[in-house]
Amino acid sequence: MNQDTLLKVINISKSFGGVQAVRNISFDLKPGELLGVIGPNGSGKTTIVNLITRFVKASSGEVMFHGKKINHLPPHKIIRLGISRTFQMVRPFYKLPAYKNMIIPLYSPRVKNFIGGKYGDRDAIALDLLEEVGFERDSFVAYKPAGILPQGYLKRLELAKAISLQPELMILDELFSGLSLAEVASIVPIVEKLRQKGIAIIMIEHRLKELFKIADRVIVLNYGEKIADGSAKEVMASDDVKNAYLGTEA
Amino acid sequence: MEKRKERIDRGIKARSKDIFALSSYREMLYLSAPRLIPILGFLILPLVLGVYWQKVLLSVAVFVLLAISWDILAETGMVSLGQALFFGVGAYATGVMNHYFGFHPFVSIPLATIFGGIICTLLLLPVLRLRGIYFSMVTLIIPLMLVRVIEATKIFGGTEGLTGMSPLPSIWVELYLIIGVMLICLFGFRRMLDSDFGLVLKGIRDNDRSVTNAGINIYWYKTQALFISSSIGAFAGAFMTHLYMFVGMPVFALDYSILPIAAVVVGGPGTLAGATLGACILVPLSEVLRGFGGLRIVFYGIFLVVFTVALPEGIFHYIQRKYNQFERWVEVDK
Repeated sequence: MNQDTLLKVINISKSFGGVQAVRNISFDLKPGELLGVIGPNGSGKTTIVNLITRFVKASSGEVMFHGKKINHLPPHKIIRLGISRTFQMVRPFYKLPAYKNMIIPLYSPRVKNFIGGKYGDRDAIALDLLEEVGFERDSFVAYKPAGILPQGYLKRLELAKAISLQPELMILDELFSGLSLAEVASIVPIVEKLRQKGIAIIMIEHRLKELFKIADRVIVLNYGEKIADGSAKEVMASDDVKNAYLGTEA
Repeated sequence: MEKRKERIDRGIKARSKDIFALSSYREMLYLSAPRLIPILGFLILPLVLGVYWQKVLLSVAVFVLLAISWDILAETGMVSLGQALFFGVGAYATGVMNHYFGFHPFVSIPLATIFGGIICTLLLLPVLRLRGIYFSMVTLIIPLMLVRVIEATKIFGGTEGLTGMSPLPSIWVELYLIIGVMLICLFGFRRMLDSDFGLVLKGIRDNDRSVTNAGINIYWYKTQALFISSSIGAFAGAFMTHLYMFVGMPVFALDYSILPIAAVVVGGPGTLAGATLGACILVPLSEVLRGFGGLRIVFYGIFLVVFTVALPEGIFHYIQRKYNQFERWVEVDK
């Protein structure tokens, strides 16, 4: 197995009843690479994330991480290997203050391995991590219940939860959806910073303009099939992609 | 003029919440009174009550334990309709050890607590993946099933049950043993639920995918919660066996499943203190209503309905709010 490949997805398929959500998709990812996954609604983007992290079992196909097959492992073990993800629909613990929301990922065995069994105050680490994603330290935002925070902060919280696991691969499922231009503009540098640290990132996104600025490579899905793979320019030049997004003339 | 109710934290609460630089006896009392009053109350009650009400107190404490056990499970997202399973398995475990092997109650009760916990956990392990009502249905069925197993196979005395258990040395040992355990469970597990471990348990209830996404094995944590809960229930059952000097099929009765739930609903879920308060109201109430004979259940039912409608949050949450906040009516800004 080539050491240059961090994640390898081989011919993965999934059908829900009669609906083929994902059909024979293969791709691979190098360490530190930022891969964008785009496609119209219902094209199977989120299903791919669920298949990699095995929140959903694949009908067929394989997922390899560091050259080892991982798609027989339960989700929590996959996460422990160093793959973390965010969810498209953020569902924080609404009654808890934002920083308390960080306690659960910080309780993770994976984090224990990094910082050592006893590491005192999780609250303090939580506040540090939240500052990293843009919760101003001097303000009270981090102490407010997650239920009253605006969407922008909830997405940041979701991002902070994924960062806290110190992953090698982060899968961000529609991180920018529901955010204003200004909010997106403030999150992009955080993502860039993660990439500079050498974390490989898969971004599922509808906000193509922002994605294309930062993505090394983009794959396009339509009806569960991969229709294009390459740099942003190459992908957008493809006729298949134009058809998928704009439709064909009858 | 439209008005709305405004709730404001009392100054004393804001000062004493996180900052433990208490400046006066008044503030110290504010923090300690809610803890000291129930502790002292339970320790003094046995001394002032008559024999009959002492027995009621024993029963209250047993139901408090069952309610706490139910509340811990519910906080982890597992709504059990079968606390009788834990209770009954504990009761039979100590019964068998005492009846067949002659273990002293002081040995058989702790052993029954642990083994009862292990047996119940193993019984429910295969259904931990079930959520919501599906889990509840299984917990409801298992104790009813065990009753039939005992009836059909005639093991452990069959329908007659096992009699002649060794009693505990005296009523005082009985009273202070169960009250001690109850207070330790109440404050100990309350602390546990407030810890990071407790947060993970509540996280599983609210959003188990998010907990899995932290690389945490939710089934392992559910198993731990189940073991804790079933051990508490098993202790209550084991204690009752030596109290009545008898163990039989009634230990799997529906009362032991339903009354703890009613106690938590009346008292307020999620705090264990609410469960305690609920059991302390419902069990004596049922005794007081004995005078009504057949109508007892009717009055009991009316009381439950009135309480759940008037105070859906539970008595404990209501009292807690009144204790920590004051309310005033203010005009609504137009």
